[in-house]
Amino acid sequence: MSSDTTPLLSQQEIEHNFREIAPPLSQAEAILEANRCVYCYDAPCTRACPTHIDVPSFIKKIASGNLTGSARVIFEANPIGATCARVCPVEVLCEGACVEKTLMAKPIEIGRLQRYATDAVLSKQRDVLQAGAPNGKSVGIVGSGPAGLSCATYLARLGYAVTIYERKSLAGGLDTYGMAEYKMSQAVSQDEVAQVARLGVVFKTNTEVGRGVSFAELQQTHDAIFIAVGLGATSRLNIPGEDLAGVYDALAFIERIKSRDWASVPMGRNVAIIGAGNTAIDAVTQARRLGAERVLMIYRRTAQEMPAYHYEYELAKKDAVEFLWLTAPVEILADETGTRVGALRCVRMELEPNNVGGAARRGVRPVPGSEFVVPVDIVIKATGQQKLRAWFEQLPGVELDEGGRVITDRETMRTANPKIFAGGDCVNGGREAVDAAQMGKLAAQGIHESLTGERVEFVGARSSV
Amino acid sequence: MADLSIDFVGIKSPNPFWLASAPPTNMGSMVERAFDAGWGGAVWKTLGEPIRNVCSRLASIDQGPQRMIGLNNIELITDRPLDVNLREIRECKRKYPKHALIVSLMVESKREAWHEIAKQVEDTGADGVELNFGCPHGMSERGMGAAMGQVPDYTCMVTEWVKEATSLPVIVKLTPNVTSINPPARAAVRGGADALSLINTINSVMGVDLDTMIPHPNVNGLAAHGGYCGPAVKPIALNMVSELARDPEVGVPISGIGGISTWRDATEFLLLGATTVQVCTAVMHYGYRIVEDLIDGLSNYLDDKGHTSVCEIIGASTRRVTDWGNLDLNYKTVARIDHAKCIQCNLCHIACEDGAHQCVPFTQIDGKRYPVVDEAECVGCNLCYLVCPVPGCISMVRLDDGQQPLTWRQLTNRQPAPVSGD
Repeated sequence: MSSDTTPLLSQQEIEHNFREIAPPLSQAEAILEANRCVYCYDAPCTRACPTHIDVPSFIKKIASGNLTGSARVIFEANPIGATCARVCPVEVLCEGACVEKTLMAKPIEIGRLQRYATDAVLSKQRDVLQAGAPNGKSVGIVGSGPAGLSCATYLARLGYAVTIYERKSLAGGLDTYGMAEYKMSQAVSQDEVAQVARLGVVFKTNTEVGRGVSFAELQQTHDAIFIAVGLGATSRLNIPGEDLAGVYDALAFIERIKSRDWASVPMGRNVAIIGAGNTAIDAVTQARRLGAERVLMIYRRTAQEMPAYHYEYELAKKDAVEFLWLTAPVEILADETGTRVGALRCVRMELEPNNVGGAARRGVRPVPGSEFVVPVDIVIKATGQQKLRAWFEQLPGVELDEGGRVITDRETMRTANPKIFAGGDCVNGGREAVDAAQMGKLAAQGIHESLTGERVEFVGARSSV
Repeated sequence: MADLSIDFVGIKSPNPFWLASAPPTNMGSMVERAFDAGWGGAVWKTLGEPIRNVCSRLASIDQGPQRMIGLNNIELITDRPLDVNLREIRECKRKYPKHALIVSLMVESKREAWHEIAKQVEDTGADGVELNFGCPHGMSERGMGAAMGQVPDYTCMVTEWVKEATSLPVIVKLTPNVTSINPPARAAVRGGADALSLINTINSVMGVDLDTMIPHPNVNGLAAHGGYCGPAVKPIALNMVSELARDPEVGVPISGIGGISTWRDATEFLLLGATTVQVCTAVMHYGYRIVEDLIDGLSNYLDDKGHTSVCEIIGASTRRVTDWGNLDLNYKTVARIDHAKCIQCNLCHIACEDGAHQCVPFTQIDGKRYPVVDEAECVGCNLCYLVCPVPGCISMVRLDDGQQPLTWRQLTNRQPAPVSGD
């Protein structure tokens, strides 16, 4: 077979396939949609948003032609509002709570309106947030993903000197490297990073804490530290053949797509994705867009138990992905070269009758004698990210729970070490960007109170109810 | 199907829907197309001494995505030669003998001028004349239009002049730019008017371009007030029509004008005392074709209500309009919210809280927070009912038994006469 980075489609076909799934609203569309909003008081959409953006307020500002004010309302509550406008699972958050969904089964397109407003200021670099007068204090942030960017923004607004340490070459974390390309491009994430940088936040990219710079140095340099490192590489399957050429980590696969250098993206005609979370969906939908002819999504439970959102599942179905439910991989078989993936041996699974020991999901067990082999060229693992347990060992006094998540105070995000705060996926185990943004906001409040004794409350720090 | 035909002071019309004197009735070919579309009548754009117009002429206000809820214009009367208009009127009437063709007139305040033009119009075979005493812009600066309608003695005098010169029915079109509509209406009737039409347009400045800071419509950097019309003016027109319909000193048929876009609007005018209605802005927005639903909707409404003729509903609601002092102080309604329909937008709560009487607090019901009316505090103002976006969710429920009505007039008549301290 051909090398697995030879594109299966022409450049034009791939570009077409990766066009935005939710294109920007035109001015006419935005005004029409904004006027459809009933302007709820104490609105359900605002309560449903983890960052509690005042949605009716920003929508009415679109209707009144005040796009600068609209974007300010958004970014004040969520510094990554342009990213969230594109990647939030709105059907289970703001749009799911919209009264127009109740009334007419047609919620206001809050996500696309949010994009309309934020695009208007980001495209002009019209700053809607301002840095505070310097207060002489310094905070170091490890990780420039949603939590780190958010925390940095609020701290800069309070006058802190903020430095973000980022091991990658571009800032933005999963906003930059982990979002499905048809939802948002790196340019959006970089615009948001630039907005944060214009507040005076210093980004030290290509700087890995623990390698390029020690954590002890950070402790000496800064008055407080916010840890927003996210999670690690995708978990191993622990089956034979896992190290053959052609086996990829879903996040690494998506990261290559983000460069839009299609010739560098691995792809084959037959692709198997292991897992059924939202990242697995991102992998299958993008594999199809890259030209894979047969894409299998392999999951040991059923569609009912799959962690992916309904909307994401629908996307995969539209893309003609084949689902192998109640199926687990047992061995990755090499092709005739002996070094590359050639096939996948699977086994049928069955659900155990009861939730053993009160577990959240029913257990599964293999069906004896049910093994079968499917020919595949590429295997993509999307079985969840590992916790960075080893990395956290260098942080004095920081404690992890049994699941490997950092233990913090829920309101201040302070860890067991009073100078160290944490937020994002490393604390919640892996949720949405918007959840991480909210944790960054809470951490900024917590750090400020810890260093100055003063309590501040940013917009949307708490739900109204 | 109910009979929609109308006899308006001798002018026969297949239905009560007329085009108002305005750009849609500028010339013969337009009026003929309107008649073909179904319009029962048309009032020809005002004839007079030809004028020169400016550019631009129109401006509007929008409400959200709804364009042109209000329109304003500074266009004057016809800019076509009188003889051309008269010829086309004659041809049009000949081709459409069953349609109502009325000609709007405006000349300077000279008896001979009015005599002359009235006779010329009568000679065309048109069904009637409408005296334009209402245009608020441009012509009023020359002593015509609203300048005549705002001085009852002029209104009476010029009406008399026209009545001297023609046997055609004379309709006087009134301006709303007066403190009270009754004195000019009564003056027109004193002067012999057979009927009244109202309202003409309202003095207005439509807005300002925020970039250039020049008001609309811009005429080379300047703007002048214009005449306001369109859906937004309907309530003002309904008030004036109903005021005249219940004025015993008026007592002549009324052609209602002002913001009519749908058969519902038109029917409201009929119910409040108009015999015909005139439409302009809605046609300028959507074209002559809207008359199809005006006819269809009114016809179905009449059928549903069991009426055989539109004449049966004319003025049916006039007696329902009265002075505030005749309203029953003991009539008591309160709002009730159907929580099965409530979508929890909370607009009723905040409207009552900040705009009324703080009587729609929140209450937990089945773990959800709903607005609930405190009936002991509710004054029955309707505000929550008006803002609720869900059909049928909030209803106004009557609480009194209707047995002891009491009006303010009755209440004050019962007071003992003030004691004079001699």
